[in-house]
Amino acid sequence: MKEVRFTDQAIEEMHKHLVASYPHEGCGFFYGKIGDRKEVVEIREVENQNKTNPERIFEIAPIDYVKAERYAIENDLDLIGVYHSHPDHPAVPSPTDLKFAQPNFSYVIVSIVKGEVAATSSWTLNESNKFIQEPVFDNVEKQITNL
Amino acid sequence: MAKVIIPTPLRKFTDNQASFETNSENVYEAIKALSGAFPEIQKHVFDEQGQIRNFLRIYLGDEDINVLDKEKTSLKADDVLSIIPAIAGGKN
Repeated sequence: MKEVRFTDQAIEEMHKHLVASYPHEGCGFFYGKIGDRKEVVEIREVENQNKTNPERIFEIAPIDYVKAERYAIENDLDLIGVYHSHPDHPAVPSPTDLKFAQPNFSYVIVSIVKGEVAATSSWTLNESNKFIQEPVFDNVEKQITNL
Repeated sequence: MAKVIIPTPLRKFTDNQASFETNSENVYEAIKALSGAFPEIQKHVFDEQGQIRNFLRIYLGDEDINVLDKEKTSLKADDVLSIIPAIAGGKN
């Protein structure tokens, strides 16, 4: 399992976006390079297309996924994964998160409690299609979450 | 030749290749050619009945093939097809 390491700027932008989305779930993609670690250098916000229950569900439009892959190729980056928030809920994957999870992708979940960041975690599927937690560090080696 | 963009989560089944080029005449044949070249991807793109999995979307350029001629949509040289997994979730 690889560490997921965000630059300070990338994690700040992600947290800022998700705090602004509260009490709705916010979502987006993150990009960087995958080597011994998953080095995240950039996040890009995407609109949550779920309009009936956005406090509990996020959906990304297919065309936004096409654009995300295109952006990665054009900028010589890896599309490392998807982030989303759990408003007033722990940063652990739900059955809905598992249902839609893709292999070989990182899923960053940020718990936003009363409008503030409470925890950040990252998950990926193992060979048995179960979520396992990936360590998340910022770029000064400080572990920001250890659930 | 038309190009098929392979979504990042499925690249582990294509030796990390991001795209695949094909002379196939339509969308279905292109996806079939992809799974012929990379057999491990087959079960991720086709169901047991040999149909493209219904949770995958296929776009030709910026258009969903469902508003074109679906799997029978013809391909020209320089067309770009994207395979798109459903991206969703939430605390629910």
